[in-house]
Amino acid sequence: MENTTNTAAAVDNSEFSFKRASQAKEIWRRFRKSKGALIGLILLLIIVGVLLFAPLFISYDAAIESDFANVLAKPSKEHIFGMDGYGHDIFARIIYGGRTSLTIALIATVTSCLFGSALGAIAGYFGGWVDSLIMRSLDIFMSVPDILFTMAVVVALGANAVNLIIALTLAYFSNYVRLVRSQVLTLSEQDYVEAARAGGSGNARIILKHIIPNAIGVIIVNVTLNVAKIIIYESTLSFLNLGMPPPQPEWGMMLSEAREFMRPAPHLLIFPAAAIVLCACSVNLVGDGLRDALDPHLKS
Amino acid sequence: MAEERTDLILDIKNLKVVYKTDMEVVEAVNNIDLKIGRGKTLGLVGETGAGKTTTALSILRLLPAVTGKVLEGEIHFDGQNLMEFDEHFMHAIRGNRISMVFQDPMTSLNPVLTVGDQIAEAISLHNDQLSKEEIDRKVEDTLSMVGILPKRKSDYPHQFSGGMKQRVIIAMALCCEPELLIADEPTTALDVTIQAQVLAMMRELRERLGMAMLMITHDLGIVAQTCDDVAVMYAGEIVEAGTVEDIFTGEHHHPYTVGLFNSIPNLDSRASRLKPIPGLVPDPTNLPKGCVFSPRCEHCTEICRQQRPETVTHGTHSLRCHLFAEKKEGGAAHE
Ligand SMILES: Nc1ncnc2c1ncn2[C@@H]1O[C@H](COP(=O)(O)OP(=O)(O)OP(=O)(O)O)[C@@H](O)[C@H]1O
Ligand code: SF4
Ligand SMILES: [Mg+2]
Repeated sequence: MENTTNTAAAVDNSEFSFKRASQAKEIWRRFRKSKGALIGLILLLIIVGVLLFAPLFISYDAAIESDFANVLAKPSKEHIFGMDGYGHDIFARIIYGGRTSLTIALIATVTSCLFGSALGAIAGYFGGWVDSLIMRSLDIFMSVPDILFTMAVVVALGANAVNLIIALTLAYFSNYVRLVRSQVLTLSEQDYVEAARAGGSGNARIILKHIIPNAIGVIIVNVTLNVAKIIIYESTLSFLNLGMPPPQPEWGMMLSEAREFMRPAPHLLIFPAAAIVLCACSVNLVGDGLRDALDPHLKS
Repeated sequence: MAEERTDLILDIKNLKVVYKTDMEVVEAVNNIDLKIGRGKTLGLVGETGAGKTTTALSILRLLPAVTGKVLEGEIHFDGQNLMEFDEHFMHAIRGNRISMVFQDPMTSLNPVLTVGDQIAEAISLHNDQLSKEEIDRKVEDTLSMVGILPKRKSDYPHQFSGGMKQRVIIAMALCCEPELLIADEPTTALDVTIQAQVLAMMRELRERLGMAMLMITHDLGIVAQTCDDVAVMYAGEIVEAGTVEDIFTGEHHHPYTVGLFNSIPNLDSRASRLKPIPGLVPDPTNLPKGCVFSPRCEHCTEICRQQRPETVTHGTHSLRCHLFAEKKEGGAAHE
């Protein structure tokens, strides 16, 4: 029971289940103490539930088919969030846009985490010229502003889901390189790593068995906090028309389209904006809670 | 030195190790010789910074990759010179034929793995033909061998006391039945009663498994209880070596050894005050030109300051001091 909720809390982390029951229980006990974290978790579960089961109560057609009779209609019984400038149902667009946005955000989080962590682990563990090479290249890479870089990638490769994921991965992996490198640097000084080496373990085994399991807590927390950032970033890209090609709905693009009608029809802006804020907030709350819940353990 | 002696499990010849950092060169081990017979226990005694851990790490070839360097010498294990082998070969030696127990049990276990998993890891590393059930059984056997209930294998290290952790660590070191166990101050971090228990257990397991041991310590009491032979290390040199009898009851001693004995409490002479050795351990980046002990030695003469003494051996007992240079009797007058 605790296990399943915790897995949901980490959103995208099946690795989390490797922690044994006693530890998971302990983390859950501390997590539960924070009201904010619990609210975030409940909100997140509701959002994920609604997005998952959306096809049961509203069809994708409502999001992409125009109903010109009802352009800019105010929220009503039939269309609870109203209609947009093309006569699309805003509720349906938020649901289906959310499905795309969140999926892309999740995948990009996982890929940037895996890619960045691997590089950081290699740099930290092997040190010397490998470390210098990776870190200096990263410095060059990071001297270009993220948003510029991402835009360049999407413009060059074209706007579709895969390229968006590539762009977001490139924008976010550097965090993990630094984080995991510093973790590995401290952890490889630990006595149990020295002891494992004296027991005949090779590099790969030491990284997999001793370093990663000890660094995973910090990484999970960062992943959770990054999901929120990536959701916003993804919306920014689609706001700049660099997201998924239309008529595919996306939250950022909805905001961008709503600008024209800001005065006569503010609901066009309010609902997608609220969706982004709600999503980002709940993920952040869960991330904060998780960080506090994991911290005492990490210090010991 | 002529040909290999097959009665030795470990034969260190002329080992010299330095740590090279950007600023300085630390001469941690300076041309030492050590021999351990099969099934025998050698105590390596010395103050902090003497180079004991460095010697141990050199045997396993685990010196820090960037700074630690073996400049000279050979380390023969079971007749093979370990210095000639590659990393891959050493993986098969470490934990399997030579194991090491580190000083601090609190930090030598991985906090996120159960002790059972960690022992299983150590076993499967060198026994890849064993099935899961066989490994599981071996884990339980290993735990009971060190006096821990097998059912505790699913506990995490933080659920164990310090003494029990050290037992687990010893269990991990012994699970592949090594021929040589290096124990680097295995009981310093434990309180006295637990120390005695752990030492008694180590002695018993040593008899049972018939392994040799390199017992690193600065506690002469531990040496008296557990060792067959003793080497006294000072500033990277072996200044005196011999059997336990040679060191504890022999007639002639290196002035540093005499100082060591005077600086520990002694039940027989309760009244006399402890006599610590005056002065400090020399700076290993700037060792004295002559005898390394000369700045602190009360028998120091001109030749001691100028010339490094040679090792003089009589039977099993060897000394590195000018007092005993020509003839062993020469030094007796000074004692
Ligand atoms: N990684 C290192 N880099 C530089 N110098 C080192 C390093 N490790 C040890 N030394 C130095 O080498 C010398 C010998 O150290 P070593 O750890 O072998 O001593 P020790 O006899 O084990 O002492 P202790 O009883 O405190 O464990 C010391 O002067 C120490 O400062
Ligand atoms: S050689 Fe000289 S200084 Fe060194 S221990 Fe012997 S008597 Fe003392
Ligand atoms: Mg030491």
